[in-house]
Amino acid sequence: MKIAVCVKHVPEGSSKLDPGSKRLDRSGEGALNHFDANAVEEALRLKGDSDTEVVVVSMGPEKAADSLRKALAMGADRAVLVTDDALAGSDLVATSKVLAKILERENPDLVLFGQQASDADGAVLWAAVAERLRRPVVSQAAELSIAGETVHVKRQTEFGYDVIETALPAVVAVSDAINEPRYPSLKGIMGAKKKPSETVSLGDLGLDAGDVGEAGSKTEVLALGSPPARGDARKIEGDGNAAQAIVDFLAEKRLI
Amino acid sequence: MPILVFLEHHGSELQKGSLGVLSKAAQLGGGDVAAVLVGGGVKELASEAGKYGATKVHVADDASLEPPLPQARVDVLAKVVREGGYDTVLFANSVLAADIAAGLAARLEAGLNWDLADIALQDGALVGKRPALQDSVLADVGWKSEPRIALFRSGSFDAAPTGGGEPHVEDVAVELEEHSRGAKVVDQQLEESSGPSIEDADVIVAGGRGLGSPDKFTLAEELARALGGAVGATRAVVDAGWYPYASQIGQTGKTVSPKLYVALGISGAIQHKVGMQSSNVIVAINKDGNAPIFEFSDLGVVGDLHEIVPKLTELLNQRKS
Ligand SMILES: Cc1cc2nc3c(=O)[nH]c(=O)nc-3n(C[C@H](O)[C@H](O)[C@H](O)COP(=O)(O)OP(=O)(O)OC[C@H]3O[C@@H](n4cnc5c(N)ncnc54)[C@H](O)[C@@H]3O)c2cc1C
Ligand SMILES: Nc1ncnc2c1ncn2[C@@H]1O[C@H](COP(=O)(O)O)[C@@H](O)[C@H]1O
Repeated sequence: MKIAVCVKHVPEGSSKLDPGSKRLDRSGEGALNHFDANAVEEALRLKGDSDTEVVVVSMGPEKAADSLRKALAMGADRAVLVTDDALAGSDLVATSKVLAKILERENPDLVLFGQQASDADGAVLWAAVAERLRRPVVSQAAELSIAGETVHVKRQTEFGYDVIETALPAVVAVSDAINEPRYPSLKGIMGAKKKPSETVSLGDLGLDAGDVGEAGSKTEVLALGSPPARGDARKIEGDGNAAQAIVDFLAEKRLI
Repeated sequence: MPILVFLEHHGSELQKGSLGVLSKAAQLGGGDVAAVLVGGGVKELASEAGKYGATKVHVADDASLEPPLPQARVDVLAKVVREGGYDTVLFANSVLAADIAAGLAARLEAGLNWDLADIALQDGALVGKRPALQDSVLADVGWKSEPRIALFRSGSFDAAPTGGGEPHVEDVAVELEEHSRGAKVVDQQLEESSGPSIEDADVIVAGGRGLGSPDKFTLAEELARALGGAVGATRAVVDAGWYPYASQIGQTGKTVSPKLYVALGISGAIQHKVGMQSSNVIVAINKDGNAPIFEFSDLGVVGDLHEIVPKLTELLNQRKS
């Protein structure tokens, strides 16, 4: 079997928007989107000690190779990065087009996504990619198992839990409660450098600059403003007096 | 500007969120608003939509459409949008609606703006209001082509009856795509809440994954007892089986607005925030100083809850005695 995991390289720490391009400032340090570590972990769990291949796929700047390497260090077998200057500013329509192209080429039995990108909080991309791949999709998987050719998913909705089954090939997005991602071992980190890792350009996928990035996007950010500020927020470092400080605060607010 | 609104239903009830979006659309569209209803045995819900401003309701009523799965609904909506010439399609966010909206965006090569808190007509163009980056920025977002697709954050609009009459009902017959027939709902565990409802509590102590293990929920319970409050939880810990679904707060759980909300080991993801942000006073304890929860806490304490909470409970109990 072959499992592809879509992972995103996201800015670390508190993010900022670039006032000029009105895009997320991606110039600083980045890391593997922590929600995607759950998807990588789940792929590795499904693989177990079988000969299933786990391929991690990302679309992003060259630095996204760091996040792919982290996934390789966790235990993924191979990495593919789609990178091209023209990709900057891609929205859902454009990003899903690129990922669908690379996934068509890889043709995995199962495609896994994380719960959401921590910078975009969309929690939508899988549905667009699955539509382009014309494959069944199940999102918010809190439990996932595969028996033969059937994928079995338990997921939370607003009303409780649904148990959903679908045949492979399929697309599944996992929730962050599905597992505890492992930390890469030292051996894993050393080994990651030797694992196959490929960089793919737009041309390799048969896409034009006009299909992606800002040009290929159907949404735009028009203006940036500040939301109404929230009262007089206070933040304290929890030294030995934190409990007393909370009691004083509650007393001041007449809550106790 | 023909607008189409997706109406979500559960059992024989239209969801308040989508009725809210419908009444907003009725204001925007100046009386030219249609809705789409998909499911098994849903036809009689159409007249309810009329009360919230729909003048026309497209109904795809078929037993095969009963399971709450997105892809068959993409097939229905794609057909309705194309044939009806709708240039705007609006959804109230939900687990189901998000997957439909994104699938539809790919099918129609249409722009999707998500997590909108509002929408307005500015100089003749529709502009979405999107709080971004832990709500530290309020962005104006637009669409470069039609149809425009939007997903609204839960609770964006109140469902206000518009005094509209009986809508015109139009049946939709669809052939489902092969990939839309792949997934099957084999079981549903609908949770009826039991025990005292957290929606009425004046004080809520909510626990997240930072508690570390299920047994550590006793820390939240003891603190709640000392404050005379109830216990809430995040989806992460509910899905992991640490605490019951009835106590979940957020987009897929309950919406609460107590006088005091104490968040223990909760990161403050947007889907949690939408369920508790209207609490009067929010106190958060989290060991990560960068956690989003601090962006909307009145008192943020950066520290280890395992040290702070037992002391806090003890101090509160001492005060009482
Ligand atoms: C469609 C959808 C619907 C969703 N619906 C909901 C919903 O209804 N409700 C909901 O809550 N979530 C919901 N989520 C999930 C949400 O995005 C987050 O994943 C979830 O809220 C995270 O839960 P958490 O804060 O407990 O866990 P985490 O994000 O893992 O956060 C744990 C926090 O604990 C802190 N911590 C760890 N140890 C300690 C310690 N010793 N002392 C102090 N702090 C510590 C960490 O710094 C961290 O910030 C939904 C997501 C999606 C995609
Ligand atoms: N640029 C990207 N490259 C690969 N996968 C991505 C990318 N962006 C998002 N994803 C995947 O899509 C999921 C949901 O992202 P989103 O809908 O943007 O919140 C993430 O958890 C990732 O699995």
